[in-house]
Amino acid sequence: MAAARHYVTIKGVKDGLIFILDDACPFEDVIGELRHKMEHTHQQLLTGPVVHVHVKLGHRTISKEQEEEIRRIIGRGGNLLVQSIQSLEPQNSEGRKPSSDIKVMRGIVRSGQTVVHDGNLLYLGDVNPGGSIICSGDIYIMGSLRGMAHAGEGGNDQAIIMASYMRPTQLRIAHVISRPPDEWNVEETYMEFAYIRDGKMEIDKIHHLHRVRPDNPL
Amino acid sequence: MGEAIVITSGKGGVGKTTTSANIGTALALQGKKVCMVDTDIGLRNLDVVMGLENRIIFDLVDVAEGRCRLNQALIKDKRFDELYLLPAAQTKDKDAVSQESVKEIVSELKKDFEYVIIDCPAGIEQGFKNAVAGADKAIVVTTPENAAVRDADRIIGLLENNNLRSPKLIINRIRANMVKSGDMLQIDEICSVLAIDLLGIVPDDEQVIKAANAGEPIVMNPSSRAAIAYRNIARRILGDTVPLMPFEEKDGFFHRIKKLFGIG
Repeated sequence: MAAARHYVTIKGVKDGLIFILDDACPFEDVIGELRHKMEHTHQQLLTGPVVHVHVKLGHRTISKEQEEEIRRIIGRGGNLLVQSIQSLEPQNSEGRKPSSDIKVMRGIVRSGQTVVHDGNLLYLGDVNPGGSIICSGDIYIMGSLRGMAHAGEGGNDQAIIMASYMRPTQLRIAHVISRPPDEWNVEETYMEFAYIRDGKMEIDKIHHLHRVRPDNPL
Repeated sequence: MGEAIVITSGKGGVGKTTTSANIGTALALQGKKVCMVDTDIGLRNLDVVMGLENRIIFDLVDVAEGRCRLNQALIKDKRFDELYLLPAAQTKDKDAVSQESVKEIVSELKKDFEYVIIDCPAGIEQGFKNAVAGADKAIVVTTPENAAVRDADRIIGLLENNNLRSPKLIINRIRANMVKSGDMLQIDEICSVLAIDLLGIVPDDEQVIKAANAGEPIVMNPSSRAAIAYRNIARRILGDTVPLMPFEEKDGFFHRIKKLFGIG
């Protein structure tokens, strides 16, 4: 029976209820369990004051008719008002965030300063020694990287760090930490990027990026 | 209404006090009415460098706490009529005054003086916050060492947080021979890391130490290269365009003759 498998989770938050609908099963199963919960197990929700409801669909995208159906089932009692029905951004085939999701920032990250961003970051400016830049996604620096950069913070070991002038005090991608080895210190003006290969940090010229990360939507 | 300039560096021992004393004196030399304020409470030095230690009666803390009027605490310089010093207290510590009271004192001084030069203590704690509270502009002093440049970078960031945007840079204690041999950071390198305008470079000069010990700012002695550097800095503060001094010792005619005979 559908209800036993928990396709529908109901959470109480400060301003109402959140219905989290599983996104890895057929839509009919979700509707079935939702209907079951509203009619049988969770009837107490249908009495009492007006409560706002937010529905979260995960990665599932639904049609207008399906949306209407959800609204009808939840709204049946009259006191539950559906405020929003949200699904997460659809993933592309590689399961990565789309390339348009790059935040652009300008400035200088000076010693003692930290820039933190959730996602990919294009930084127009220098990162000085003692400064750090931390991102859950890729880091692209149009400028000198002399400080610390941490890409893929949170565990994304597919993330890369790229800089016009790569002279970092330390690089981190996901859980791999690397101090620039001495062999990097050759005077070169190529734009370079750092990535993880077989659990180790590697540095390469930017024109090799498409070979190392072919599915990287630049 | 005058202008308040804070001289700061983050790191200690790079020459903030020497720079403050010499910029203050050089501006007075140019006929400006200048007041120097020592905010290094507990470790005051500016009075020693200026040779005015024995004239101190009241200090910054006395003014802040209302034990005297502001002009009672001001010490007139022995060389210039229009150069004054507001000394710091030696017995208290940085928490003895608040940012508000320093701000008030500085804005009071700006009414009477064309330039208020604020000597900032090392560090980024209360003393630094006090010093920058009333400032309109900032000058960051550094030396060609990694540690000093790192701290200067940190300070520039903090100054920007305090709405002191685009501070000016002085690189102090440059040794021409070491820069040439590559043992010292290059000036271009420092400027490109810090990315602020260069106000001047000051060569390392033993006479600076001698002058400071004598309580006579080096800028009074025009035969010293450091003195010329400080005079140039003062002129740039006043808005003149003065080219940067070539930092290697220029061979004079006499010197070349001596060299010719192998005695130079």
